[in-house]
Amino acid sequence: MSTEYESLKQLFQQEFSKMVAVISKQFGLQHMETAEDIVSDTFLQAAETWGVKGIPENPAAWLYAVAKQKTLYQFRRNKTFEEKVVPQIGANANTTGELNFSEQSIKDSQLQMLFAVCNPAIAGEAQIGLALRILCGFGIDEIAEAFFSNKETINKRLSRAKEKLRAEKVNMELPPENTLAGRLDNVLHIIYLLFSEGYFSKTQNQVLRKELCAEAIRLAILLTEYNRTNLPKTNALLALMCFHASRFDARQACSPEEGFILYDNQDEALWDTELIRRGIRFLSRATQGSEISSYHLEARIASLHCRKEDTPEKWEEILDLYDQLLLMKYSPAVVLNRIYALYRVNGISEALAEAEKLKWDNNHFYFLLLGELVKNDDKKRAVFYFQKAMNLSKTQTEKNAIKQKLKEIQSPSL
Amino acid sequence: MKEFMFIFRQHDFDTRSISPDEFQKLAQKWQKWKKNIEQQGKLGSNGNRLSSEGKVLKPGGIITDGPFVEIREILGGFMMVKAEDLDEAATLAHGCPVLDINGSVEIRPLHT
Repeated sequence: MSTEYESLKQLFQQEFSKMVAVISKQFGLQHMETAEDIVSDTFLQAAETWGVKGIPENPAAWLYAVAKQKTLYQFRRNKTFEEKVVPQIGANANTTGELNFSEQSIKDSQLQMLFAVCNPAIAGEAQIGLALRILCGFGIDEIAEAFFSNKETINKRLSRAKEKLRAEKVNMELPPENTLAGRLDNVLHIIYLLFSEGYFSKTQNQVLRKELCAEAIRLAILLTEYNRTNLPKTNALLALMCFHASRFDARQACSPEEGFILYDNQDEALWDTELIRRGIRFLSRATQGSEISSYHLEARIASLHCRKEDTPEKWEEILDLYDQLLLMKYSPAVVLNRIYALYRVNGISEALAEAEKLKWDNNHFYFLLLGELVKNDDKKRAVFYFQKAMNLSKTQTEKNAIKQKLKEIQSPSL
Repeated sequence: MKEFMFIFRQHDFDTRSISPDEFQKLAQKWQKWKKNIEQQGKLGSNGNRLSSEGKVLKPGGIITDGPFVEIREILGGFMMVKAEDLDEAATLAHGCPVLDINGSVEIRPLHT
């Protein structure tokens, strides 16, 4: 099969979201589904025409031209358009002019769409799902795979979310100054979740997981292109994602059965130094203000993990950062990570004493930590903890990683 | 050899959830299907796609911007092929990717 057709998938992902954003901007967010229809239809036409006649020199321009025609036709042929739609759109919308596919217009529309979709009026999972479809051009099947769900559930979730956005009369615009900070926090949080979904995903599809992470980074970069959203915390989140993503290939085992390659066993040569450099750049921009967000602390921790040599100072700083993080954003994961850092700084007995106080009997990370703490002194107990962790873990990727640990601990070489 | 016209029709907006993957596969399928006809030396011309804009002139000098058809179906592209008879032309139409998206191929001989 011709190789020139192999890049079409990427082209779809890039252009789908741009066109949906621009059309929705022009006709109002309540017509988002019509925008999706028009864009899907444009791609169907492209599949036919390009399949038969070859891919044009400038595929994006071709798509924009066809989408423009289809949009005009779609809205005009609807006889009630003038009577019903125009009044709803209001005076600001430009209903007569052509769609504007200039670079600036695309960027503006995408940023506004990001705020419209990451709206706390709808559930967090639905925000991520909508972002994946509307802003990242993912297929419903891919979203279902990422969420370990099925197409019907995702379709229902997305339609409910769109219905809610209509009911709440959400517009495509940047939030007013007095609410921008809070809304930006939510957008950053959704991007953070999107990234985590990719990084710690339930799916074993490595390509898909990497794409989720790349899209999260792309959306955050979009935010840095505007003064009002290019804040220290935006850059801190970007730094955090770059540092984590730099280890993506190194932690990827050869086969999914092996789970992830754990930090200690990773081949440093596989760390992506360009991403680490970008992370450092974003982190330095993040520190140009007085505000310290949880992303700052996490980014700093992640940056320390990008240095493999273990020095006492490194672990002391990590412990200190986790202490601050705990005060700012309590979560079981932070508590457990902090105890691990405590073990590296003050030794096993102190860490173990803290861990045993928790008694989180339903948390598999808890048992993973316990196993990790005792594995050098008491193999039998470590095996018991790791097996408990395996029984409690919910995804195959995690189970595989724990299996790997059990294998290591039970091998005679240790 | 006679000339035939393939007319592709599809339901309007039947595929809201087309995915990146489906798009790529569909384009590849169109290419493969056309190549197969071409390799048999039976391709007349690539044809063209009808643009979705246009005007309709009705009795009494009424000109509208459409719709061109009243039902929710759209006329997509067309293509010319060469075949001995209608049956052979219909055979060539088999495997046309428009069928995958719930569309149809109309096969019409040309009078010469």
